Amino acid sequence: MAKLRKFKEAIIEKLIFLSGIASIVFVALIFIFLLREGISVLRSTSLGAFLGGKFWYPISDPPKLGILPLILGSLLVTLGAIAMAVPLGIAAAFYIAEVAPSRLRNILKSFVEILSAIPSVVLGFLGITILVPFLKRFLDLPTGLTAFAGSIMLAFMAMPTIISISEDAINAVPREYKEGAIALGATHWQTLHRVIIHGALPGIIAAAMLGIGRVFGETMAVMMVTGNAAVIPNSLFEPVRTLTATIAAEMGEAAKGSPHYNALFAIGIVLFVISFLINLTADLFLNRSRRR
Amino acid sequence: MKKIEIEGLNLFYGDFQALLDIRMSVREKAITALIGSSGCGKSTLLRCLNRMNDLIEDVRIEGSVKIDGKDIYKIKSGLTQLRKKVGMVFQRPNPFPLSVYENVAFGLRVHHMAKGSELEDIVGESLKAVHLWDELKDRLNRSALGLSLEQKQRLCIARLIAVKSEVLLMDEPCSALDPLATLRIEDLMQLLKKDYTIVIVTHNMQQAARVSDETGFMLLGELVEFGRTPDIFTKPKDKRTEDYITGRFG
Repeated sequence: MAKLRKFKEAIIEKLIFLSGIASIVFVALIFIFLLREGISVLRSTSLGAFLGGKFWYPISDPPKLGILPLILGSLLVTLGAIAMAVPLGIAAAFYIAEVAPSRLRNILKSFVEILSAIPSVVLGFLGITILVPFLKRFLDLPTGLTAFAGSIMLAFMAMPTIISISEDAINAVPREYKEGAIALGATHWQTLHRVIIHGALPGIIAAAMLGIGRVFGETMAVMMVTGNAAVIPNSLFEPVRTLTATIAAEMGEAAKGSPHYNALFAIGIVLFVISFLINLTADLFLNRSRRR
Repeated sequence: MKKIEIEGLNLFYGDFQALLDIRMSVREKAITALIGSSGCGKSTLLRCLNRMNDLIEDVRIEGSVKIDGKDIYKIKSGLTQLRKKVGMVFQRPNPFPLSVYENVAFGLRVHHMAKGSELEDIVGESLKAVHLWDELKDRLNRSALGLSLEQKQRLCIARLIAVKSEVLLMDEPCSALDPLATLRIEDLMQLLKKDYTIVIVTHNMQQAARVSDETGFMLLGELVEFGRTPDIFTKPKDKRTEDYITGRFG
């Protein structure tokens, strides 16, 4: 009997262990696969020409596989989105955590959750039918399909992440700080910007980084509204194409094993590395805010 | 001289009455202790004196609390001046997540009381008054969160001295400290008594006996007995006070 139980427990332990390391195994497998398929792009172009090349003509002969326009497209859309979503998101988090009366707070929190639950393709659909024509008319542009439209869509998608994580960080600031400041005669606003923001800062930075990560990796909504022109953009109000949209749009038509196909995988590696760095930074700040 | 006069003070948390018809006065430049078991309302009473109870939802307060003859529950303008005048030290030392210097300068900045070298002087004086200057003068720019508990509590007192608070409310200021640190804080209270009116809440009866001039004993929201500390501890008039100080309950 005792032997059987021991055997059972050993099995359970092994199973839990396997589930535990599964995520590591999967990440490693995905990375190896990406690397295997992507690295061969270096047979047709050099690393410098791939990352720094100004032209993305994957089906010309010979193909030109420079992803600089795509990197810049992604950066531009991301920066635009972050410039909108970070200040708005943090201000909203402060309002929800510190200012709103408790009934309104609960309502707001559920709407933030609903916002995060809207599928990106639905947002993109709304973008195409409403935002893009509006931008074209309002800003008098040749086309509304621009980096700016993508930034607005992505700002919507990053807001829930930024709001809820910043709000957690603000709520995690010990009550005693607030009481101490109020008891010293500080006003509510002075307490917020002189004390609470200092306590919550690492968490707020982490929230912004996770928001950036969310925006950078997003595909569908951006692909639908940015116009997908793989040229180096001069301003926010021109069509651009992002790294993610390129993979999604071209994977279906690239012949397996061709330089084009390999280049798309190499773009995957670039995305993977950048997302990894963004998440790593966010993690560092989250850890710091927990240690306090 | 009476600094604070409390009359007919009732406090309700929703339907629950936490303070029953409190009537007492606090002498200026003396230490007044409030003792009683947990939940008797002594901290609640203390928080009535700087209106910190206003932060709690669903609280109702009747009666009057006069400080220097003015009813603090009839203040029309904001409470910031009241809370500057009536400072509070908490049970758990709560320095802000800022540097030592900025902690002391905090009140001066929010009340626009001083700038530049004047600010520096006041911060220095305040730290000297709580005997932290010699220990910390080379570490003014370090985070206050790295200090020992005793240093943190002294720093919290220095914050109040900097804004020239007149009344110091102390809510079990030593309960997080070890016995020696407790004695040192008590010594500090004796020094501060020359310039400040101190009201301390404690459930350590020895502490009340050691430091205070007058003591009030509270039970279930009622101020059972109030008088000179030696009288309360040697010849209490009320049977319940006697039971408590002789350790029969609480």
